[in-house]
Amino acid sequence: MFVPEAGVAARPFFERLHDWIITVDHKKIGLMYVGYGVLFLVIGGIEAAIMRAQLAFANNHLVSPQTFNRMFTMHGTTMIFFAAMPIVFGIANYLVPLMIGARDMAFPRLNAFSFWMSALGGLILYYSFIGGNGLYGAGTAPDVGWFAYAPLTAQAFSPGHSTDYWIIGLLVSGIGSIGTALNIVTTVFCMRCPGMLLRRMPLLVWLNLITASLVLIIISPLTSAQIMLLLDRYLGAHFFDTQAGGSAVIWMHFFWIFGHPEVYVLVLPAFAILSEVIPVFSRKPIFGYNIMVLATIAIGFISLGVWAHHMFTIGMTSYANAFFVASTAAIAVPTGIKIFNWLGTMWGGKLIFSTAMLFCIAAVAQMLIAGLTGIMLAAAPFDWQLGNSYFVIAHFHYVILGVIVFAVFAATYYWYPKISGRMMNETLGKWHFWLFLIGFHVTFDFMHIPGILGMPRRIYTYEASRGWEIWNLIVSVGVIIQIVAILFWVVNLVWSHYNGREAGNDPWDAWTLEWSTSSPPPDYNFAIVPTVRSRRPLWDLKHPEDPDWKYE
Amino acid sequence: MAASSIALKQPEMPLAHELKGRVGMFCLIAAESSIFLIFVVAYLFYAGKSLNGPYPNEVLHVPVFNSICLFASSFTIVMAERALKRNAVKVFGIWWLFTIVLGAIFLVGTAWEWYGLIYRDHLTITTNLFGTTFYSLVGLHASHVIIGLTGLTTIMILTALGYVSQEHENRIGVFALYWHFVDAVWVIVLSVVYFIAR
Repeated sequence: MFVPEAGVAARPFFERLHDWIITVDHKKIGLMYVGYGVLFLVIGGIEAAIMRAQLAFANNHLVSPQTFNRMFTMHGTTMIFFAAMPIVFGIANYLVPLMIGARDMAFPRLNAFSFWMSALGGLILYYSFIGGNGLYGAGTAPDVGWFAYAPLTAQAFSPGHSTDYWIIGLLVSGIGSIGTALNIVTTVFCMRCPGMLLRRMPLLVWLNLITASLVLIIISPLTSAQIMLLLDRYLGAHFFDTQAGGSAVIWMHFFWIFGHPEVYVLVLPAFAILSEVIPVFSRKPIFGYNIMVLATIAIGFISLGVWAHHMFTIGMTSYANAFFVASTAAIAVPTGIKIFNWLGTMWGGKLIFSTAMLFCIAAVAQMLIAGLTGIMLAAAPFDWQLGNSYFVIAHFHYVILGVIVFAVFAATYYWYPKISGRMMNETLGKWHFWLFLIGFHVTFDFMHIPGILGMPRRIYTYEASRGWEIWNLIVSVGVIIQIVAILFWVVNLVWSHYNGREAGNDPWDAWTLEWSTSSPPPDYNFAIVPTVRSRRPLWDLKHPEDPDWKYE
Repeated sequence: MAASSIALKQPEMPLAHELKGRVGMFCLIAAESSIFLIFVVAYLFYAGKSLNGPYPNEVLHVPVFNSICLFASSFTIVMAERALKRNAVKVFGIWWLFTIVLGAIFLVGTAWEWYGLIYRDHLTITTNLFGTTFYSLVGLHASHVIIGLTGLTTIMILTALGYVSQEHENRIGVFALYWHFVDAVWVIVLSVVYFIAR
C-alpha cells in the first residue's frame, strides 16, 4: 500500500523512504497506518491458517499445544490492535481532513508520533518470538489469550517475559491510539472549512468523530489494568492476587470495559465506509442522515454499559445478569436502525454493482446475521450454554470479517483511485469479491455448528467420533478459498498501480470534498480552502441549476 | 479549487483554529480521567478487604497542609495567566514560580508521608490490598504532579531566558488546563482515600 506520489518516481529510493519516515502529512501517515495494518493482517491471517490446519482433522498434531496457544493469543491480539485499529485509523487519517476541507490534521507532528508509537507497539509484541524466553526459559510469544485473564497472567502462572511483551506492546500502542483519537476529535471540531457545519459533515466524518471520542475513554481502562498487572508482576502488588484477598474477576471487568466498546470502535468506521459508498452507488443521498448520527451517538453511549455480557458464564448476580441482558438487547436497536438507513438508501435507487458496492451489500447482509446471533448470545441462559464455544467465535468473526473487513475491501476499491490516481481492475475485483464471499461463508456459517455441538474455543485438538470432524474440515477448507481471494486483492492493488485506467478527479461522480481535488491529492490538499453550503458540496458544484442547499 | 466559487452571503465558520489546543487538552484530560477512574474503582472495590494490617484508619492522616498548597497552586496559576494577558511578564514569572513552589511542597509532603508509612508503619505495596491500592492511586496522582512540575519548570526556564511574552498566552493557558486537572483529580483522590474509604 505504499503508493508513491506522482512525479517523484525519478528520485532515489532512499530519498523517497526518508520522505515517508519523516512525514507529518496526514495522507502519507494514513497510508502508512493502512500498510502497517495490512502487514499485520497478513501475519494474523497466517496464524489463523495455522490454527485451522491444526483443527482440520481430529487428533491432529501438526503443531505443539504450546504453539497453538501462542497462535490464538497472537492472532487475536494482532488482529484487534495491530491490524484492525491501524486500518481504521489510517482510513480516518486519510479521509477526515479531505472530507472537511482541511489541509491537514490539527496536530500533524502528534499524528506522526502516534503512528510510530503504534508501530513500535507491534514490533515489541512480535519481538517476543525472539526475545521472549526470559530468565526462566518459559515461553516465547504470549500464550495467555488475547484478553489475558489475570491471575493466569500473574508471575506465578506466567513466568518469563512473554506476558510482559503483551502488556508493554499494547500499552505503547495504546498511547498511539489515544494520540490519534485526540487528533481526530480536534481536527473535526477545529479544522472544518467555512460552511462545514456539524449537520453538514459527511457521515464518515461523524462516525469517526464518535469512534475517536470512544477511543479516548475506553483505551485507558486497559492501560490502567495493565499498569496494575505490571505492579503485581514486578512490585509484588496484590490487585489480582487471590491469596491476598485480591479478585480473580476484576481484571475481566476492567478488560471488557475496554473490550466491548472496542468492538464498536472497529465497527463504526466500517459503518462509516458503508454510509459513504452505498449512497454514491445508489445515486441517492443517504436516507435518514439525522437518525444515522443519533443512532451512532446512542451506540457510543450504550456500548459503555454492556461489557459484562462477555462474563455471563463466570456467574454474576441475577441483577447484573438482567442489567447486561437488557443493555445488550438495547444496543441492537440503534444498530438495526442503521441497517434500515442503508436499505432505505438503496431502495428505489439506480444501483450500480461495482466491486465496492458488492462488498457493501454483503456487509449489510452479514451485519444483520451477526446482529441476530449477537442477540441470541445476549440472552444469559443461551449464553450459559454456548459461551466460550465456537458459536461465539463464529458470531464475532461474522462482525469482524463479515462487516469490518468487507467494508475495508469496499473502501480500497472506492478510494484507491483517489489515493493512486488509477482505477482498480473490476474483473479481478469481482473474482476477489465472489471468492471471498464464498470462502467467508464456508468458514463462518459452518463454524456455528461445532459450537452448537459443544466444541469449546481454544482447544488444541479433539477426539474423533464427537461429530465435529466434518464441520471443522469444511471450516478449514473455507480458509483456503479466502486466502486465494486475498491474493486476487493484493495482485489487483499492485497491478492497478502500474496498469490501472487513469481515474481523474472524480471517477464515481461522487459528492464529498475529497473528489474535488486531484488524484492523488496534492500536499495540503486544497489550493484554496473550499466553502460548502450543503451535505453534498460537489453535487452543488456540478448541478448549479438544482443545488442541495435549496432543500436542506 | 472550483468549490470555492459557490457564492455565499455569510460564510458560516465552525470553531476557530485557535481553540484546537484547548480541545486537544480536553481530549487528553478525558483519557487521563478514565485512567484515574479505574484506579479509584479498584481502590473502592478493595476498601476494607485487606486480610492483615496496617489498616487505613490506623495509619492515614489527612494531608491538610499539602492539599491546601496544591489547591492554592490552581489560584496562583490563574493569577499568572492574568498577568500574562496584560503583558506583565515579570509578574507572570513570580506567580508561576509560586505555582512551582506550591506543587513542589505537595510532592515533598507526599514523599514525607510515604516515608513515615514505609518506615514507621511498615506499610508497603506488598503488605496488603490497602498498600497495593493506596500507593498505586496516590502514586499515579503524584506522577502526574511530577509531569506537571516538569512542564511548569520548562516554562519557568523559558520565561527566565526571556522567550515568553503575551503572544504565548493561548499555549500557556492550554498547559494550565493540565495543572488544573491535576488539582481537580486530587479532590477525588483526597476524598476517596482519606475520607470515604477509611
